[in-house]
Amino acid sequence: MTTVPRRDRPGFYYPKPPATWWLRRPNYVLFMLRELSSVFIAIFLVLLLVQIHQLSQGPAAYAAFVERLRSPGWIAFHVVALAFALYHSITWFNLTAVVQVVRLGERQVPPRLVAAANFLLWGVVSLVILFFFLLGG
Amino acid sequence: MSEETITLEVTRYRPGHDREPRAQTFSVPYRKDWVVLDALNHIKDRTDGTLSYRWSCRMGVCGSCGMMVNGVPKLTCAAFLRDYHPGPIRVEPLANFPVVRDLVISLDDFMEKLRRVKPWIIREVEKPVAEGEYLQTPAQLDLYKQFSMCINCMLCYAACPVYGLDPVFIGPAAIALGYRYNLDSRDEGYRIRQPILTEAVGVWDCTFVGECSVVCPKGVDPAAAIQRSKVAGAKEWFMSMLLPWGGR
Repeated sequence: MTTVPRRDRPGFYYPKPPATWWLRRPNYVLFMLRELSSVFIAIFLVLLLVQIHQLSQGPAAYAAFVERLRSPGWIAFHVVALAFALYHSITWFNLTAVVQVVRLGERQVPPRLVAAANFLLWGVVSLVILFFFLLGG
Repeated sequence: MSEETITLEVTRYRPGHDREPRAQTFSVPYRKDWVVLDALNHIKDRTDGTLSYRWSCRMGVCGSCGMMVNGVPKLTCAAFLRDYHPGPIRVEPLANFPVVRDLVISLDDFMEKLRRVKPWIIREVEKPVAEGEYLQTPAQLDLYKQFSMCINCMLCYAACPVYGLDPVFIGPAAIALGYRYNLDSRDEGYRIRQPILTEAVGVWDCTFVGECSVVCPKGVDPAAAIQRSKVAGAKEWFMSMLLPWGGR
């Protein structure tokens, strides 16, 4: 059952947050940045799909596409997208530690340790990908 | 030498007279051991007896004196003037709540939400008093203790932009308290309480801004309670999809 709070009591003043509510506190701004990061990550993923499609169109089409990505505009986009992806990943792993309670017997594993395990795994996976990339390149 | 003073900009709102709240400036003696609540009491005693605000214990237990101090939800009994020196200090009613008068906000919505999550021990069959207490080990107590420290001061609601934008959200404290009883080994009300917590206006309305846990004066961490309830709810949904007997 959902009850909608009353907003019609005579004499009461009902405040409304302004459209700029998210500028009021640093944490609100950081939250909005985390939400915004999804836009850049989505654009990057679409770009990746296009890149894979170009790969199916033959070496010439792929080379032309990669050449287009070398323009300053696209490089700038990738730098910004990478910054957002890092910000999102780091805050995500830190939050995971708070959300996921890991217990060993009756004792709770300190959240910092849970976060460290996440970061470690992230680092290992990144290194493996880098290894294959260097191997292929 | 005249006594040093500090300026307070206090929100005033007279129902039936004012269309919207406005700020009134007061000058109070600056004392290092005074909190904002002491300054408000000084104004009420010496300057303007019509100033309205709630307070009771003066020691961070009753949860009545929550107000916005320089835009941040605070217990005014724990907000020292020295931390805001040289001022001015802006004192406003808790954000996101209807204002009744001056610094007094309406508790009705929070009380309704608190009742809705059934924050009490539910037993399938009550044990007769003669059989004694429901016993609990220290480890079982530790599971929920943090979430039982809530004093219903509603600072978390004032910090929550989701509640401000859409007041149907059950909100941080009520969910944290529902979660607290779900974790209690003496409780058997999970099947009644969990559907209330995991409905659309419950945990899923939360976007994890996390500010509720930042402003909580008791270290309850309602944001963690909400996210953990989300995990529990999602897990149950998956199990109900995967298993023919609905994961029950």
